[in-house]
Amino acid sequence: MSTDGDNTRRNLRVGSDPDAALERAAAEHGTAATEAAASRLAERAAHHESATDTLTPPPADGDRHADTGATGGGTGISGQSVRLGDRVFKGLAAGSGGILLVVMAAIAIFLVWKSIPAFTDNEGNLFTTQSWNPQGTPPIFGVAALLFGTLVSAVIAMVIGVPIAIGIALFISIYARRRAATALGAIVDLLAAVPSLVFGMWGLYFLIPNTQGFQKWLNDYFGWIPLFNNATATTAAQYGKSLLIAGIVLAIMIIPIVSAVCREVFLQTPRETIDAAWALGATRWEMIRTAVLPFGRAGMISASMLGLGRALGETIAVALVLNSGFRINWHLTEPGGDTFASTIALKFGEAGGNPVAVAALVLAGLFLFVITLIVNSIARMIIARRKEFTA
Amino acid sequence: MAKSIDVDNLNVYYGDFLAVEGASINIAPRTVTAFIGPSGCGKSTFLRTLNRMHEVIPGGRVEGKVLLDGEDLYGPGVDPVNVRRTVGMVFQKANPFPTMSIYDNVIAGYKIAGSRKNKREFDDIVERSLKGANLWEEVKSRLQRPGAGLSGGQQQRLCIARAIAVEPSVLLMDEPCSALDPISTLAIEDLISELKVNYTIVIVTHNMQQAARVSDRTAFFNLAGVGQPGRMIEYDETAKIFSNPTQKATEDYISGRFG
Repeated sequence: MSTDGDNTRRNLRVGSDPDAALERAAAEHGTAATEAAASRLAERAAHHESATDTLTPPPADGDRHADTGATGGGTGISGQSVRLGDRVFKGLAAGSGGILLVVMAAIAIFLVWKSIPAFTDNEGNLFTTQSWNPQGTPPIFGVAALLFGTLVSAVIAMVIGVPIAIGIALFISIYARRRAATALGAIVDLLAAVPSLVFGMWGLYFLIPNTQGFQKWLNDYFGWIPLFNNATATTAAQYGKSLLIAGIVLAIMIIPIVSAVCREVFLQTPRETIDAAWALGATRWEMIRTAVLPFGRAGMISASMLGLGRALGETIAVALVLNSGFRINWHLTEPGGDTFASTIALKFGEAGGNPVAVAALVLAGLFLFVITLIVNSIARMIIARRKEFTA
Repeated sequence: MAKSIDVDNLNVYYGDFLAVEGASINIAPRTVTAFIGPSGCGKSTFLRTLNRMHEVIPGGRVEGKVLLDGEDLYGPGVDPVNVRRTVGMVFQKANPFPTMSIYDNVIAGYKIAGSRKNKREFDDIVERSLKGANLWEEVKSRLQRPGAGLSGGQQQRLCIARAIAVEPSVLLMDEPCSALDPISTLAIEDLISELKVNYTIVIVTHNMQQAARVSDRTAFFNLAGVGQPGRMIEYDETAKIFSNPTQKATEDYISGRFG
């Protein structure tokens, strides 16, 4: 009703040209440009004006507010209209948010508190020592190799997994016909539900034996790149557990979550933006490049971060396809290398009651926590940097 | 540069549903043609067949011919991508690319096609197109700001600048003013009369006064009922349509006695 009032005022101001005023008023209402429609509108407005003290207004489009006002019961407009449900829901929502903060703080405090012995009793250099012997006398250990293994395996996973995941998401959301898209989407979701242990076993018993030839080929032809050089194996059969395998297994494990999120993001691309690209004579790929990918940029980064979080924290699958070895080794196909998560899992049993050994593992957990926070913060910064250019 | 459009007995389908039946029209270069008619009568659908945007919707297809200077847009070997580069389009809702600056929005057509122009050439195109769309003075100091940050009317003129930047032969406008305030509407209408010098313009509008003001010829579309195909009822000089239409349906519609 207030818009009708505004229109009246505007028409009065335009005044000198009544035809134009009427037409502009009609244009404000979008469709009705005829006198008949305009008069009908006026009638409807008048009807609503008097509706509160006569009859319940008919359920005309766009006037539901008037309906709820009328059923308010003639109590006037003074006083609060916050219902019990509002208070309860607000309390629940605020409480949930608060619990999250408390839990985060509790985890951080626990990790710092319990890892103090690892800082005080360690005879090695925490950051540079490439060994892990917290039970020894004296205890000597450092996180250098763990940091390396965790980051390298996660980076391999991202390099392989994210492009494939984005490709799958684009195919499902844009290229595929509906039936194929539904089927493929279901398969991807199914992949997300497979326990990580199964991926680990698959990596160990299928991936390793079946990629030995490929790994040897990498060494033979690309061995001049240190990453692919392998000095420990002379025959294909000697290729086994390695950071490369761990990275590939992780890549497959992050594909479902990354592609599911990307798919949803791509489907959100406004129809108008897509049409704009089509109308400028874009091919399908040019349309994707101009409309879909820029629009989904923040979402793709978020999806990648979810994937990275999973890759950084994955425990059992990595533990199965890595030979524990606490040194930094850039030769990705050679055995050795370890991650924070897999070390915690593998060393927990032997840590036993040794307080320093337990503290060292908690310390590994603290590092994992901090890395995840840093990675997420960087992602947020990347997203925020061009915020005004996002829809 | 501007080209003529000749449509002969065109049927437009969504899947099996016949949306527009037997439309024929001859549009001369450097004229403004308005399509009017009630909602759902197929005028926007028909407009979108003139640059093959109709096919973007799954199941969208046509039967018949659309000739652009005698060349069939739907002929074998004609790529819709090339058609859309020749026949530009402005939409009901202003749709600048939200992730691009004003500058990048204007040259988007070139960037999409992978054009290798240098900065100076792009600068010229941006200035010329924004001037052509009567937007240059308002945005020249903030070309690197996001296009989506402009007001609704400015966004729509940005979209017009983007469409004319690639120098099309025909400009299609699908209710370009329906979401704009009266002042922005007037700005766009003035712009249409200026663009007419260089382009063939086809505009869909619900605003009959607008059709009367900007167009040389007007086509009235109507449909017999729900589920029936839309038809082009009458196509003539705008002055004649609004003063002395041949068909009773046209007269009923423009005088408000319909439905």
